Amino acid sequence: MATEIAFSDSAAKSARVRPAPGAGQEFETEKMSLSMGPSHPSTHGVLRLQMELDGEILTKCDPVIGYLHRGDEKIAENMTYNQFVPYTDRLDYIAPLANNMAYAIAVEKLAKLEVPARCQAIRVLTAELARVSSHLLGLGAFGIDVGAWTVFMYAFEEREKLYKLFEELTGARFTTSYSRIGGLQRDVPEGWTGRVGAFCDQFLPILEETLALLTRNKIFMDRTVGVGVISPADAIAYGLTGPNLRGSGVGLDLRKDKPYSGYEQYRFDVPVGTKGDCYDRYLVRGEEMRQSIRIIRQVLANFPGGDWYAKDARKIFAPPKDKILTSMEELIQNFMIVTEGPQLPAGEVYFEAENPKGALGFYIVSKGGGVPWRLKIRAPSFANLSILPKVCVGCLVSDVVAILGSFDFVMGECDR
Amino acid sequence: MSAPADATSALQERFPQVTERASLDHPAVNVPVAEVLAVLKYLRDEFAFDMLVDLTAVDWAEGVLPRFTVVYHLLSTTRHVYIRVAANCSGDDAAPIAPSVVSLWPGANWHERECFDMFGIKFEGHPDLRRILMWDGYPYHPLRKEFPLAGIETVLPDPEIAEETKTKVIASPMAGGPFVATAGEMNLTEAEPRAKDESWSEQREKPE
Repeated sequence: MATEIAFSDSAAKSARVRPAPGAGQEFETEKMSLSMGPSHPSTHGVLRLQMELDGEILTKCDPVIGYLHRGDEKIAENMTYNQFVPYTDRLDYIAPLANNMAYAIAVEKLAKLEVPARCQAIRVLTAELARVSSHLLGLGAFGIDVGAWTVFMYAFEEREKLYKLFEELTGARFTTSYSRIGGLQRDVPEGWTGRVGAFCDQFLPILEETLALLTRNKIFMDRTVGVGVISPADAIAYGLTGPNLRGSGVGLDLRKDKPYSGYEQYRFDVPVGTKGDCYDRYLVRGEEMRQSIRIIRQVLANFPGGDWYAKDARKIFAPPKDKILTSMEELIQNFMIVTEGPQLPAGEVYFEAENPKGALGFYIVSKGGGVPWRLKIRAPSFANLSILPKVCVGCLVSDVVAILGSFDFVMGECDR
Repeated sequence: MSAPADATSALQERFPQVTERASLDHPAVNVPVAEVLAVLKYLRDEFAFDMLVDLTAVDWAEGVLPRFTVVYHLLSTTRHVYIRVAANCSGDDAAPIAPSVVSLWPGANWHERECFDMFGIKFEGHPDLRRILMWDGYPYHPLRKEFPLAGIETVLPDPEIAEETKTKVIASPMAGGPFVATAGEMNLTEAEPRAKDESWSEQREKPE
C-alpha cells in the first residue's frame, strides 16, 4: 500500500514511499508525478495537469491554468463598452458570434435597450450557427483524442462551409465582432439566408453520417461509456453548465429556462444524458446540433423584416459614415462616442447566455459613463474544468484524455 | 416554493441586518460579512438556489471604505431565478477577509482562488488558497485599482531560468503607456514604440 505523499510541484519528479509495515511486501511502490501539458495535443490549448500516479491510476489531479491569461477584465475597465466587443471574440474563440451576442445583451440590459425582432432573429441565427461550429470542433477533437481520425475530417469540412458563411456575413472567419451593443455590425447580405438554408439541408445527412462513425463504434464506446461519470448533484455543486451539465441529466438550458433574444418563440428540445459519462456528453452535443439546425430553420422560415438596430441606440452606435462626413451633428456625435464612449447609467447587471460551452456570464458594475467600473466574465470552461480534480481521481491516464475531450473546453475563455 | 421577491423578504425577516441592494435586473441583497455563510446556506436549502454560478469581487478604489465587496450570483436550477448576494469584506486593505463558501459549493474553490489571486481577498476556511491565473509567488493583485493596466516589472520566478536567460525580471514594456516614438534617438522605422514620458506637462515642470 502506498501512503500519501506530499505533492511536489516540479514536473516528473518521483518520490519513494515506504511499504506498509508487516505487509511482507518485497517491492517498494512509488507514486509518480506526471505533468501533462501545457503543450499537449489532448489538452486542447494550454491546460496543464499535475497528476500523481499509482501505476497507471490517478490518485491526484491538479489542473494548472492561467497560461493564456491576458487580463481581459482589467482591460475592460480601461476602455469603452464598444471597444471591448473584439475582446469577447477571443474568449471562446471557437464560437465568437455567441460571445458577441452575450456581451451585447448584457450591456443592453444596463442601457435598457430593446433591440428589434430582426436583430434578435439574426443573433439567434448566428449563435446557433456558432453552436454547430463549436460542437463540430468539439466532436472532431474528441474523436482524435480517442483515436477516431475520420470524424475530425468530416467535421472540419463542414466547419469550413460555416466559416465561409461567417466571412460573408461579418467580414471575418474567426474574430467576428458581429453583435454590437444595440444592434449588429450590419444587416445580413443579400441571399445569405438562402445559403444558410442550403447549408442546413446538406449538413443534416452529413451530420448523421459523422455521428454514425462514433455512436455505435465499439472502440469509441469502450473508451467513453462509464468513464468520467459526474452525478447530477456534483454537476450542480461545481457550477457545470452547458452540455456537460445536461450530460449529467440536469435539464437546465438558459435558452429554454431564461429565454433571451426571442428564444421563447422557437420550438426545440433540450437533450439530457442519463449516466453523466463521457459518452452521454457526446450524445448531448450530437443532438444539440440537430436541435440547432431545427432552430435555424424556424428563424429562416419567419425571418422578420424591419430594422436591425435599436432606434434609441443613437448614443451608442456610430452614425452612418456618409452622415459623419457631411453633417456637423453626426460628426460631433461620432466624436463623443469614440472619445468618451456611450454614456450608460450607473447600476449592476448580470446576464448569462447559453453558449456552446455553457453559460457565459457578464457581470457589469457601472458608475455611469462610457467605461465599466468592473466587468467580470463568468467563463463556462473555468467552472467546467474545476470539477477535474474530482472526476479524474481513480481514472487511467488514457481516460483523462477521453474526459478532457468530452468536456470540450477552451482555454481562451477559462484563463481570460 | 416562493417567488424570488419573497426570498429577499424572508431573508430580511430571518436576518434583520440584510438590506436590499440596488440592482437593474435580479433581486439583490447586502449581507454583513459575518452572516454570509448562514445566508447562502439558507438560500440554498430553503429557496433552492442550488447553483453558485459566479463569485467575484469589486474593488471600489483606494481609500474608499469599505473597499472590497464580494458578490455571489446564485441560480435555482428548478425555479430558474437568480439572486445576487453582496458582502463587504472585513479586514484592512492589504488583506481583506471573507468567509469561504467551499463547504456549501465545492465549485466555489476556483472562484475564490481567482478572487484571492486578483484582489488579495483571504477566504477564511478555504482548503487550498493558492493563486490560480498568475503564477505562485507573483507579488501583486492585478485587478486592484492601483495596479496599472500596463503591468509592473516582476522578478522572474525561477532562478534557473533567470540564470540561463540572463534576465532577472519580466519587463512590462507598456508601463507608462500611451506609445510615442522617440524622435532623433534611433531609426524610427526600426525602433519599438516607447512609453510617453508623462512626468511633466504644461502644469508641471519638466524634471531635470
